[in-house]
Amino acid sequence: MTASLRIEALAYAWPGAQAPCLRIDALEIARGERVFLHGPSGSGKSTLLGLIGLVLRPGAGTITLAGQDTGRLSGTARDRMRADHIGVIFQQFNLIPYLSVLDNVLLACRFSARRRAQLQDAGSTPTGEAARLLRQLDLAADHWTRPAARLSVGQQQRVAMARALIGGPELILADEPTSALDAPRQQAFLELLLGECTARGTTLVFASHDRSLARLLDRELDLAALNRAADPDGSA
Amino acid sequence: MVPLPLIAARSAWNRRTTLSLVVLSIALSVALLLGVERLRHDARDGFAHSVSGTDLIVGARTAPVQLLLNAVFRIGSASAGMRWQSFADLSAMPQVAWAVPLSLGDSHRGFPVLGTTPDYFDRVRHGRGTPLRFVAGQRFAHLFDAVLGAEVAERLGYRVGQTISLEHGSGAGIVAAHDDKPFTVTGILARTGTPIDRTVHVGLEAIEAIHLDWQGGAPVPGLSIPADMVRKFDLTPKTITAAMVGLHSRAAVFRVQRSVNAYPGEALIAILPGVALDELWSVVAVAETTLLAISTMVVVVGLAGLVAVILAGLNERRRELAVLRAVGASPRQVFALLTIEGLMVTAGGLLLGLALLVAASAAAAPLVQARLGIDLALRGLSTGELGWLAVVAGASLLACLIPGYRAYRLSLADGLTPRL
Repeated sequence: MTASLRIEALAYAWPGAQAPCLRIDALEIARGERVFLHGPSGSGKSTLLGLIGLVLRPGAGTITLAGQDTGRLSGTARDRMRADHIGVIFQQFNLIPYLSVLDNVLLACRFSARRRAQLQDAGSTPTGEAARLLRQLDLAADHWTRPAARLSVGQQQRVAMARALIGGPELILADEPTSALDAPRQQAFLELLLGECTARGTTLVFASHDRSLARLLDRELDLAALNRAADPDGSA
Repeated sequence: MVPLPLIAARSAWNRRTTLSLVVLSIALSVALLLGVERLRHDARDGFAHSVSGTDLIVGARTAPVQLLLNAVFRIGSASAGMRWQSFADLSAMPQVAWAVPLSLGDSHRGFPVLGTTPDYFDRVRHGRGTPLRFVAGQRFAHLFDAVLGAEVAERLGYRVGQTISLEHGSGAGIVAAHDDKPFTVTGILARTGTPIDRTVHVGLEAIEAIHLDWQGGAPVPGLSIPADMVRKFDLTPKTITAAMVGLHSRAAVFRVQRSVNAYPGEALIAILPGVALDELWSVVAVAETTLLAISTMVVVVGLAGLVAVILAGLNERRRELAVLRAVGASPRQVFALLTIEGLMVTAGGLLLGLALLVAASAAAAPLVQARLGIDLALRGLSTGELGWLAVVAGASLLACLIPGYRAYRLSLADGLTPRL
């Protein structure tokens, strides 16, 4: 089992802050593993996802992603790495409101030559694959050319999923992607996501404060236990 | 695949209501700036083209600019006339090749009437020395003949052979009509782009004839001399307004000017049209500079509005920027996106401004031509105007770096989750 993501001696402090808010000694997530990252609001989930997503730079420690030590990469290389290897799904407002549904999905290919190349290798095109994904995620073709802002929240989340998945990135980071949905839709959304990840062998880090969903994933990580940074409130 | 500028364009289109107001304000400011420049340029050209081939203008002593405005541009009125004897003496000077008398004061339906000699049509030049040309008919031969400038004929729809009557005074000062002595149109001049286009030309004697039964600027009650009787009178004018003078040699111009200024018979002044024009421009230069400064400030205000609107919208768009970052956009691309968006708005403003300028010139051209004799010709952009456009575009680029940089900072600080 090869590691998709490896974190060693990681420490991160927000700019201007003295003490780090996040300190993780070691964390390894295997390729294709689907991990439930649990923690209450403010426990640093989003910060950790920002670090793994190569938007934030750690103060100390290493993050190895797809075999690459990301600490050695330049800013541009980190942006390219994120575009190529990572798909991100937010809690809500995932889409650019003035672009059509289809263009929102294609945006992931816009910034990644690797995703385009992978689709070409698979004998497909970005538009063809976007259409296939949207159809598979139960978004009818008459929605595709509409501005993304016109869709319901549930539909928007599925478009975001299609965007994260297109071109086959190794890692999907989902930050509370179901929190804006009602309970029955939450499960349906997660099952769709898990199905896609399993079919493609994609690694998934699913962050949520709601432990009821944890049972559907391979492993549960409790960030409160993982994070060794001294919390100002005293609950480490 | 949506290229970056297209994303910027879509984003701008998404906020078109707000941005269209910015486009409009930039357009108006640019139109104002170019309009002021163009009007200034056209006015200078028009004035310079109106005094071609004349070495000196002579009139009763007054300010040189006033004499120039009155004699050449038919603006304002002469403070006093110049005696006919003075004109005769002037013409007799050995250095003087030709002298054409000018007698102003009457009008026809708002257009100035000029009494002169047939010589006028040979001597007067416009543009870069182009002589006058008739599009119809010929110069006046009989006492009550009139030659019309192009604008007069066109605006009033006159043709050769038609009869017209003159009015005493001009504008609001019209006191009575000379309708007892009608004139026949004998010729129509080609367009010159100078005040000649707005002038009704008649013989010097005709001016005298229509005023025979007048005294002190009003008809003498009970006295009416019929048109066919006036020829029995001596129609040599007693005074004229001014004279245009051509010399055998331009080298003598200052000598002639000095001797005219020292003329013993009455107080006269001789002006060099070019020098008087320069004097006129130096008088209006302050106003021109002020206008230019104001229009520049208006452009600055327009650009400040653009920056303010984009910056104000930025906070609501932090999610959007985070999404772009998440799919792999670099902070530099976010910077470019915002800067391009601002530049697109400016470009829209510039294009709309040019359209407004063209439309305004086209709409105002007949009025300006009729009232001021300035030709607002439709034409391509001059290099000077292109220069101004480049300056505005450059200033806009600098201004748009501000929201671009702000977005860059935000996208670095926010990471994937903006703290709102």
